[in-house]
Amino acid sequence: MSQAAAIETSRAEALGRRTRRAARGRSVSAALLVAPLLVFVLVSFAAPIGAMLLRGVEDPEVGPVLPRTLAALERWDGTDLPDEATFAALVEDLRAARAAGTLPVAASRLNHDIAGLRTTLVASARRLAAPFEGSAREAVLRADPAWGQVETWGAIVRARGPWTDFFLLAALDLRRDATGRIGPVPEDQAIFRTVFFRTFWIAAMVTAITLAAGYPLAALIALARPSVSAVLLFLVLLPFWTSLLVRTAAWMVLLAREGVVNHALIALGLFGAPKQLLFNRFAVVIAMVHILLPFMVLPLYAVMRQIPPIHLRAAASLGAPPLAAFWRVWLPQTLPGIGAGCLMVFIQALGFYVTPALLGGGADQMLPYFIGFYANQTVNWGLAAALSLLLLVATLGIVGLYGRLVGFSAVRTA
Amino acid sequence: MRRSFLATAAATLLFAAAPASARDLTIVSWGGAYQDAQREVYFRPFSQATGIRFVEDSWDGGIGVLRTRIQSGNNTWDLVQVESEELLLGCEEGLFEKLDYARIGGRDHYLPEAVHDCGVGTILYNFVLAWDRAKFQGTPTWADFWNVERYPGKRGLRRGVKLNLEFALLADGVPPNQVYATLRTEAGVERAFRMLDRLKPHIVWWQSSAQAPQILGSGEVLMTSAPNGRITNANRTERRNFGIQWAGSLYTIDSWVIMKGSPNREQAYRFLAFAANPAVQAKLIPLIPYGGTAKGANDGLPPELLEVSPTNPANLAVSLMIDDQFWLDNLDRLSQRFNAWLAR
Repeated sequence: MSQAAAIETSRAEALGRRTRRAARGRSVSAALLVAPLLVFVLVSFAAPIGAMLLRGVEDPEVGPVLPRTLAALERWDGTDLPDEATFAALVEDLRAARAAGTLPVAASRLNHDIAGLRTTLVASARRLAAPFEGSAREAVLRADPAWGQVETWGAIVRARGPWTDFFLLAALDLRRDATGRIGPVPEDQAIFRTVFFRTFWIAAMVTAITLAAGYPLAALIALARPSVSAVLLFLVLLPFWTSLLVRTAAWMVLLAREGVVNHALIALGLFGAPKQLLFNRFAVVIAMVHILLPFMVLPLYAVMRQIPPIHLRAAASLGAPPLAAFWRVWLPQTLPGIGAGCLMVFIQALGFYVTPALLGGGADQMLPYFIGFYANQTVNWGLAAALSLLLLVATLGIVGLYGRLVGFSAVRTA
Repeated sequence: MRRSFLATAAATLLFAAAPASARDLTIVSWGGAYQDAQREVYFRPFSQATGIRFVEDSWDGGIGVLRTRIQSGNNTWDLVQVESEELLLGCEEGLFEKLDYARIGGRDHYLPEAVHDCGVGTILYNFVLAWDRAKFQGTPTWADFWNVERYPGKRGLRRGVKLNLEFALLADGVPPNQVYATLRTEAGVERAFRMLDRLKPHIVWWQSSAQAPQILGSGEVLMTSAPNGRITNANRTERRNFGIQWAGSLYTIDSWVIMKGSPNREQAYRFLAFAANPAVQAKLIPLIPYGGTAKGANDGLPPELLEVSPTNPANLAVSLMIDDQFWLDNLDRLSQRFNAWLAR
């Protein structure tokens, strides 16, 4: 290697180093700029949601409160009542828990499994606090006959923690019996499979209707003169500046028994008497379509605007009738917009809570309503978390499926 | 008696931020219009009469809140208004002081239902059958509520299992004092659900208390179950002409408790003694129609107030107290069943 070449190489290396250093500096500063947002997302979004979802598979309440009972139940096969030693362990545990004030939380957890167990635990602890003579088994059965049920002990074993599939199974209308076999819950308690199906069905219906309504609208905006399209676009965006709750309440006013729609239909002579338009599936779907329509129109419009108008003219000049030109030239180019719009609408529709709660009847409630119900009404956070987890998994599954079928690069162009 | 979260938050900001010395007596209630009324009727007059300073806070209920305060040793609340379920649970868990009734007028001073070892009732309120007099003449009963053949029209009920099973049994002719005994049997629950089944296609479900007078006023339903306060309030402020059927209504009581280990026990007792005065309690009714729990709280009320007072002896005699023990045990199971039933 000549000297000149060596100098050239070392210069090139120095340049490369400088470039790399500069690039590193830029990426460090970029990382620093993003850091607050990243920390914010982690702290305020990922961590709490993660912690909440974890509750769907955790079972921390009963284990620390009834340790001796659970140790004694290790040997139990779940077919008959446990032995005298287990009853004695229960008495010790109940006394200790009552003294430490830790019983109520464990008792509430067991009540989620079998009605009345909360009272059984608290009342038994009170009655067994005083010393007694003779067999622990008899004393416990005297304190509360529920201890004579195999299922009572099964519930304690199911709640031993620290991890559990109890809530996840419950969210799928399944449960384990005292021997650990998985089976369906009684028919009058089964609900969640229906609710899952209904949630996805409503979301699909809303997506299909917004597509049918949004596609021509987006095409109109994309093909109109700029001044007209600006006005139309503004009208599409307008609802974004009104809260979802207000728009839902507006539908309540419109669809009420003595509301605008009913009055108009009677004035037109279509009905003789006012019809009930609220508190049914129709009201839920129409309000959801209204709320979600912009999320369909905007990606469609973004894609359609990029299609050169010359394509349609070229198709026409080559002899394609309008329908064929649309079908073979225009539509295929809008597919990424359709994909993006449907994905956005569908996923948002899955999470609708307020609109079905206010406009729907008993059989129109979607999964988020039940998540709210178990979190707030019966304070069964495990079940609420398990339902959330299943909804999240199902949603991610759909996004993944979309990625496989359509690809995310198509969404990016939208 | 839970208030809107916003009202609660606003009241908390306003009054929790007020300066407190070593620690003034802290009184905690439900916030909103109710706590405003309490301030007029109880808090300020008490402070003026005794010179005892107080601060206010408000909360949304939930035994977990109280449990955390006691267990963390960080409790800054002295007197708290609780619902009957929290009274029951908190007393069992030892979160409240046992009350010395000799200091607050004795047990006989109050309605028997309002007396509890750990708390003394302060208001009594009902879930009633309400209807619009403009659209329905006469006074419907729960049996009429279920009779859609005779009185066609939708019916409003709260979306939830509590209250509705009771109303269903009352409509089916179960005497009030037998309702919970019946519900404690499997057959009784069956019977209540069968009644609900019959009415199901005609039911409009309401969720928040404010919705009940709203669906009644908008003509969405012919009759509805509703909290009595909301109905009287709609009559007063929106000039409605809603009727209240007290017979077969269900009532519950909110109580004052003194938090365990409160350093302001003395002041708290003096407040409870002040609040026990029936003449003081009677002043709440014109502001908000919840019944006072001291005997005589309804004496001398004019007829239009007596009519809407839940503790008017004539109204109370035909009402049934909600059995909290039953719901503590069975809410999980029956909610699940109700939700499944509703989803079908």
